[in-house]
Amino acid sequence: MTEVIHIEKKNVKFLQKVVELSGEEVTMCEQCGICTTSCPMAEEMDVSPAGIMRAVQIGDESVVESKAIWFCASCFTCTVRCPRGIDLAKVTEALRQLTLRKNVDHIDLDEVKKESLPAIALVSALRKFTG
Amino acid sequence: MRIGVYVCHCGGNISDIVDVDEVAQFASHLPDVVVVRSISHMCSESGQKAIVDDVGEYRLDRVVVAACSPQFQGTTFEKTLLKAGLKPNMVEMANIREQSAWPHYEMPEKATEKAKVLTAMAVEKIRRAKPVERESMKIGKNVLVIGGGIAGIQASLDLANAGFNVFLVEKSPTIGGHMAQLSRTFPTEDCASCILTPKMADVAEHPNIHLLTYSEILEVSGSVGNFKVRIKMKPRYVDESRCTACRECEKVCPVSVPDEFNLGMTKRKAIYLPSSIATPHSHVIDADACLGIVPLRCGLCEQVCEANAINYDDMPKYINLDIDTIIVATGFDIFNAKLKPQYGYGKFQNVITALELERMIVEAAEGHIIRPIGKDIAFIQCVGSRDKQVGNLYCSRICCMYATKLASLLKRADPSRDIYIFYTDLRAYGKGFEEYYRNAQNLGIKFIRGRPGELMENPENKKVIVRVEDTLTRKIIEKEFDLVVLSVGLVPSKGTIEIAEMLKLPRSSDGFLKEAHPKFRPVDTPIEGIFVAGTAQGPKDIPDTVAQASAAAARAITLMNKGEFEMSPIKAIIDEEKCDGCGECIKHCPVDAIKMNGKAKINIPICKGCGACISSCPRDAIDLKIFSNDEIMAEIEAALKDKKAGEKRILIFADNICTYTLADGVGTAKMRYSSDAFIIRVPSSSRVTPKMMLKAFEMGADGIFLGECEEAVSPYPKTLKVIEENVKKVKDALSKAGIEPDRVQYSPFVTVMFPKFVNIANKMAEIANKYGNIPEEKRKKLNIVEVVE
Repeated sequence: MTEVIHIEKKNVKFLQKVVELSGEEVTMCEQCGICTTSCPMAEEMDVSPAGIMRAVQIGDESVVESKAIWFCASCFTCTVRCPRGIDLAKVTEALRQLTLRKNVDHIDLDEVKKESLPAIALVSALRKFTG
Repeated sequence: MRIGVYVCHCGGNISDIVDVDEVAQFASHLPDVVVVRSISHMCSESGQKAIVDDVGEYRLDRVVVAACSPQFQGTTFEKTLLKAGLKPNMVEMANIREQSAWPHYEMPEKATEKAKVLTAMAVEKIRRAKPVERESMKIGKNVLVIGGGIAGIQASLDLANAGFNVFLVEKSPTIGGHMAQLSRTFPTEDCASCILTPKMADVAEHPNIHLLTYSEILEVSGSVGNFKVRIKMKPRYVDESRCTACRECEKVCPVSVPDEFNLGMTKRKAIYLPSSIATPHSHVIDADACLGIVPLRCGLCEQVCEANAINYDDMPKYINLDIDTIIVATGFDIFNAKLKPQYGYGKFQNVITALELERMIVEAAEGHIIRPIGKDIAFIQCVGSRDKQVGNLYCSRICCMYATKLASLLKRADPSRDIYIFYTDLRAYGKGFEEYYRNAQNLGIKFIRGRPGELMENPENKKVIVRVEDTLTRKIIEKEFDLVVLSVGLVPSKGTIEIAEMLKLPRSSDGFLKEAHPKFRPVDTPIEGIFVAGTAQGPKDIPDTVAQASAAAARAITLMNKGEFEMSPIKAIIDEEKCDGCGECIKHCPVDAIKMNGKAKINIPICKGCGACISSCPRDAIDLKIFSNDEIMAEIEAALKDKKAGEKRILIFADNICTYTLADGVGTAKMRYSSDAFIIRVPSSSRVTPKMMLKAFEMGADGIFLGECEEAVSPYPKTLKVIEENVKKVKDALSKAGIEPDRVQYSPFVTVMFPKFVNIANKMAEIANKYGNIPEEKRKKLNIVEVVE
């Protein structure tokens, strides 16, 4: 089944929001896919990094619900390789912010067994899963 | 004095923003203006006819066209004036499109006000202008062609066939350039050397072509019609006229070094034939590799040479030429693939460049297998092109098609091969290219849309693993290849960069030579009498290169054919009554155009009319014929007249080559900057004297900025130093009068620094806003401040 996306004003607004939050001109992406092949987490992602960029370009808000943006390790390999000079890590962070700013806790600190987790994972979880 | 003012709508480009009727109304009250018209397209035939008719009917002697940039339509109206019987310099353009309607499109009222002031400035300037006769100069028929690739070959042949005298200089021992290295040419698959060798032979045999191979240009001075060129012919140690290329010497030569013609993949001897199609067809001794010539250490080659062609006493020869025009055809280098370390070139043995593959295919056809090519082959596109990470934003234009060609040749030679081309955008724009692309797909070559991030080598079998996102299926593809070919892009050659510096030719932001006008003067450089052909100007394929080479030859012929040409009228003039022969001006002239003979004398053909000498004269004895002191002062006065209290006015003096072009570019891009900035066009900002600047402050300028070409691209070397000195004098004088010295600034520019120009225009306006208008009592003090000499 091929999904149909009807482009409406809200799609454009979503793109503008991401551009504003990230400070990156997402429309500059030429969809070469170098980010995807450079990404150490790409195989775990439900949407590839280049796919995320395309989704933002056409204003497909479902990308915010993707798991991929939370798999991003912020390693910046995509950023240093992008031939158009786009900072993809900032775009992904902007997408995370859209959820984070809703101020919803997805994780209860009291329920986390602190000794069972490396400290860095805890910090990462705090950063990604709490508002 | 009777002036006609014409306000152009530019089909809405101007009139949608600027109230053109208000500008016309305003212009009708300016002094000496007898007729004002507002017309939809001034540059159209009917617009030009209006000027010619009015000159007859109203006896106009001067014309102002308030329209676009004089760099865009200036020559159009100069010709209109000639038609109307006036001297061409009797027209002045007010640039209300690039400097008002476009950069201030969000503020129509301010744009209209600025357009009025710009028009008044033009009227006041033209009121001070004096009719200037155009002078002609004799020109000969000697052309220097730099570079012996296909561009230089084609230009030389066209010129020589038209009866001109060509000196073709090539730095390597043979002509032919990169084309001689190629296997076949897309999209027709002609054998490259088969179609090239007849042309190379024509060059060698043509009576009008003096072929100077293994030669380099040491020095070029002078100007069009009068270039002095010094050339060094390196010693070949082999007499070209005797050598029969029997190759006996190669058999005995004990030294082997990498062969540059095969990109170092094979070896050659220290005495060698540069290629099998070398022209001149003669051996040469590589003095760096030879065991020793002075003193002679080996001497084996001489013993076997039956033609007695070897001469160890050969010395460099130096030649001085008088040249009338120059064609630069210095070509490209391929992108250094090691600058993309993630592709492992130089590290992985099965990663090669496309040019290496070209040589492998040619050598294989002649029976020399350099290395096995394998079955599974990948091409990676855009290596070194369209990549901000390596600083090359441009498309190299030929890689899509050469990869398609190489893939087709390999597939046809062995249909069991599995060949992939990994691309981002496939550009098959030329004649026959799309059909060629279809053919390749028909052959079974797979085009995958995706750019690999990095390559890995399988440590066991040394095969190369390519991992790429197929961006059309959003799946990651991984495959092991026998051979990965990097489709490397084109960069300006080392020779192009060196010659550009030597001839002071400006380069565009991509590093290639800049043409005088991207549309209408595509083979002219901004320096008169110097033309450009081939990849020195930008990446292009062979048909485009040949077309451009013929165009460059035609442009050179246009200039030389009549035996005389019209010089630029912008020249320095000396007032002999005032000149006391002190010689200060000589030190400031960037092109040595002033001689002292009791009094200063200007060498008219050499003078470039920059005006750097003017401020150096302690007696104010120098002026320019066009852009005279009176004209510039009148413009300054008009820019500051009617300034209301609290209103700010910044004067930006813009040199005609870089800063003015840049300001036009900023306007065309509709980038906004402060509408308080008023641009005054000058040949070079070095012609703006400290006295002028102080006078401008006295008359109410709130800030002054001088823009000038960066040294590397300036046709007038050393003018930045003159500007620096002048600005320092003005700063000192301002300080003495208690005025903030940072109200005057200068900076070098190249034509692409859009954000820098916008920032500076805004910064100058900010400074003026911070300090406010200069109080009148301080301005009056400037009157008595002596300029520090």
